[in-house]
Amino acid sequence: MTATTTSARSDLSELGRSETALRTFLHGLPGVDQVGAEQRAAQLGTRSIKTTAKAQAIDLAIRMVDLTTLEGADTPGKVRALAAKALRPDPADPSCPHVGAVCVYPAMVPYVAEVLRGSGVHLASVATAFPSGQAPLEVKLADTRAAVEAGADEIDMVINRGAFLAGRYQEVYDEIVAIKEACGSADGGRQGRPAAHLKVILETGELATYDNVRRASWLAMLAGGDFIKTSTGKVPVAATLPVTLVMLEAVRDFRAATGRQVGVKPAGGIKTTKDAIRYLVMVNETVGADWLDPDWFRFGASSLLNDLLMQRTKLTTGVYSGPDYFTLD
Amino acid sequence: MSERVAVRKTYKLFIGGKFPRSESGRSYLVQDANVSLASRKDARDAVVAARAAVKGWAGATAYNRGQILYRVAEMLEGRREQFVALGVPADEVDAATDRWVWYAGWSDKLPQVYGGANPVAGPYFNLSAPEPTGVVAVVAPEQPALLGLVSVIAPAIVTGNTVVVAASPSAPLAAVTLAEVLATSDLPGGVVNILTGKITETAPALAAHMDVNAIDLTGVTEAELAADLEVKAAQNLKRVLRPAPADHDWTADPGITRMTTLLETKTVWHPKGV
Amino acid sequence: MFEYAPAPESRSVVDLKPSYGLFIDGRFVDPTDGGSFKSINPASEEVLAEIAEGGGQDVERAVRAARTAYDKVWGPMPGRDRAKYLFRIARIIQERSRELAVLESLDNGKPIKESRDVDLPLVAAHFFYYAGWADKLEHAGFGPDPKPLGVAAQVIPWNFPLLMLAWKIAPALAAGNTVVLKPAETTPLTALLFAEICQQADLPAGVVNIVTGAGDTGRALVEHPGVDKVAFTGSTEVGRAIARAVAGTRKKLTLELGGKAANIVFDDAPVDQAVEGIVNGIFFNQGHVCCAGSRLLVQESVADRVLESLKRRMARLRVGDPLDKNTDIGAINSAAQLARIRELSDAGSAEGAERWSPACELPERGFWFAPTIFTGVTQAHRIAREEIFGPVLSVLTFRTPAEAVEKANNTPYGLSAGIWTDKGSRILWTADRLRAGVVWANTFNKFDPTSPFGGYKESGYGREGGRHGLEGYLNV
Repeated sequence: MTATTTSARSDLSELGRSETALRTFLHGLPGVDQVGAEQRAAQLGTRSIKTTAKAQAIDLAIRMVDLTTLEGADTPGKVRALAAKALRPDPADPSCPHVGAVCVYPAMVPYVAEVLRGSGVHLASVATAFPSGQAPLEVKLADTRAAVEAGADEIDMVINRGAFLAGRYQEVYDEIVAIKEACGSADGGRQGRPAAHLKVILETGELATYDNVRRASWLAMLAGGDFIKTSTGKVPVAATLPVTLVMLEAVRDFRAATGRQVGVKPAGGIKTTKDAIRYLVMVNETVGADWLDPDWFRFGASSLLNDLLMQRTKLTTGVYSGPDYFTLD
Repeated sequence: MSERVAVRKTYKLFIGGKFPRSESGRSYLVQDANVSLASRKDARDAVVAARAAVKGWAGATAYNRGQILYRVAEMLEGRREQFVALGVPADEVDAATDRWVWYAGWSDKLPQVYGGANPVAGPYFNLSAPEPTGVVAVVAPEQPALLGLVSVIAPAIVTGNTVVVAASPSAPLAAVTLAEVLATSDLPGGVVNILTGKITETAPALAAHMDVNAIDLTGVTEAELAADLEVKAAQNLKRVLRPAPADHDWTADPGITRMTTLLETKTVWHPKGV
Repeated sequence: MFEYAPAPESRSVVDLKPSYGLFIDGRFVDPTDGGSFKSINPASEEVLAEIAEGGGQDVERAVRAARTAYDKVWGPMPGRDRAKYLFRIARIIQERSRELAVLESLDNGKPIKESRDVDLPLVAAHFFYYAGWADKLEHAGFGPDPKPLGVAAQVIPWNFPLLMLAWKIAPALAAGNTVVLKPAETTPLTALLFAEICQQADLPAGVVNIVTGAGDTGRALVEHPGVDKVAFTGSTEVGRAIARAVAGTRKKLTLELGGKAANIVFDDAPVDQAVEGIVNGIFFNQGHVCCAGSRLLVQESVADRVLESLKRRMARLRVGDPLDKNTDIGAINSAAQLARIRELSDAGSAEGAERWSPACELPERGFWFAPTIFTGVTQAHRIAREEIFGPVLSVLTFRTPAEAVEKANNTPYGLSAGIWTDKGSRILWTADRLRAGVVWANTFNKFDPTSPFGGYKESGYGREGGRHGLEGYLNV
């Protein structure tokens, strides 16, 4: 149930035209009290999800997994195996849904695309000089185009944290706009296919405060991001419940203000079914059913899937399972 | 040469920094003088004056209040002979002066002694600090007329309360003369208001008054009256200081209970975060 | 939709007896001149147990037992040994916390997540805190040799039955007093389980006595000439009566009474946390909280936005079975309290305020009230002045900080207040001016054994918690 929005829709498209306008807007957003936000997240973490609700949540979580491998050691063989697992996470149980997407480096995209074609499982690729983003814009754009051309329909970009922390919001904004364009909106660069979805990674572990997380979320949304994502998984602090809470509040408020819905993807550090269910509870109670869908909420994770499968088996068979019974791919 | 005819003083009430006669126009003969016989309406006016003075006095810095109380001691010292002439023993005047000095020093120390940070189990800043309760009605002890009076007024006002005092009915001249000291000590008008007359007339009105926050029954000697006043005070849950025992030693160290009973403790929480 | 399946906490951990006697002098005894009454589960109206109703002679027996224990055992006992008993009690409470939490929720109607995560941890913490004071009283700032008062008569309310017991008994015992405690008639069960804990701790007989009963029992207790101290938590009306009853005696009195707290939201508040604070402020424990933030004062410039968020948040509140781990709002404690909440809410509507509740299904049996807000409330409305003690929020607006403070203070109560703003100097300015004993800034309804709690004006006097909480039990 959502309360009806009484505030008028605002046109925020002009904000990106000037540094001053952006700064004024972002710094005018309500603050986030750290203790309060963390307490709210902790409270939601005490929800007890059992039996039918748990079964429902596990299947939903599986459908939301962006099954990820982002290693220097990735090979075509490794990512093909991962893609195969994405299609049939539990070969023993055909009722088990497939995951939301497979997420790989651009070089690995062609091998994954072969496996996933026509399956409904999305193909995400990190681009823009992931994970640091420390490359010239031309390189980032080329990186993006290459991934899209090779078959990625979702691009996970990193924002320029250095520029953001230095207060150069316009620079961050313009870069997101440029990458969004490179995802193939207007120019038909994807041979008639729809533009790739753009997930904007805020790298919240480097933003340090929830106020920054809220501002970066709005900045990414204003610039046209389709998803906002917490982390690369490559810095010590990845997704947390309170960070995700603040981002969920941002997408909720952004939709109320503009009418456009933006997705959220916590990534990194989500390893267990219990973790995943806590996130789903938070989605449910912060933004509601509209976001409880793989189109609007994803988990960036690798080991999470096997735990979800183990718990799923436990619910069906009543017996605790073990890691030997699930594929390691 | 004929002897000079003395100019006699009219002993009046002390309300809002002024010296009015009782609105009732009455007086009573005591200590060879006609002293104002305060009415219930005088008590009411005094409460209005005391309430009006709360904001400025409670809002003054502790340092400022301490300075003013010390100024009272200075003024009292200068009028030592005047009190002696009224029959107050010299050592009592000295003790009263010293008491002002003692309390003057408490103004910026009691909040440290009686408040402080509390180590709560969580990410919070948590601080307790005493605040004045507001308007305090005081029944001053019958005797010692000056030291007793000072010993009930000073602890009430040093922390920022304002008072309406029912002075000793049998020895009111010290009270009225103390009012003259207070009036010349930079003490804002209304912080101390002094009523002379019958306790049985003014105290019940003060005890029942809904805009009085606390009552000090120190000078009430009759148990039945004390109980009655306490019952009246319960109507708005006034803080109560009960009557002093008959053998109370006014020269002893007063301790801090007189001050703390007339204080509220306010505890403020705030999260600690970035 | 993501529907949460029922997640009930097991009640098998609680072993209820069909009937309970009075706990006097270390033993459960039948009442001499009293009768009995039933304690029911407000969520189902099921009878939980038959409870003894203490009469005048029972109070007499209990006070005498407490006096003897004070004279012979507890008074002379060194502080370090009193401390050990209190530490022991704290530990047993931790060990039996699930049992106590379930029993509290059964008897009171509060959600298990609150009895489990708030009440019980605070109860244990309170005993731990005061245990440590028992052998350090000379350092507490009340002079070199503070003495206990003697026998304390303690009367507690039904909203936090075991927590209020802890707030009363822990400092009293630490200071060296013995106690006779009367729990509320609708929630006596955890106090009786606490009596068993005293037995388990081998606490000397008579140090803690529990006399169950209603108003007459409480009156007999506070008026008993043999008590030296009266401590009461409850309504201002009863507090007034008690203040009259002890007038002219030497009984030391502390009162923790009603409130009508203002929760002030400025235009620069951290909105999402403020909304959580508003919800926590008024819907925590079904609003059965003396310090509840029952008046929302919101700056006009952000009123619409805050109310919209608040309503959206309220729609997420889960009302129902107190033992379900996902329940946010449990049952109203009694039929009488439900009637009072309804009466005042109806008055709010009749006086022209606009009433809103989220759609929520309430169980058929038991006592329930949907979370409710009233907008368009003015200071003149009864719902802005009288304590409702239920899940009902009155919303008022203000334009300037001075107006907010003026409205906040415009009440005979002065227990608590809330401030929400990102500006530090405004917090301190506002906190300075609020006439309230507890001010929560950018948070609400936080409690801690080290933090003094208590009111200004008609919210009572004396403080519970912290060093300050000892003062009411010492002869200083």
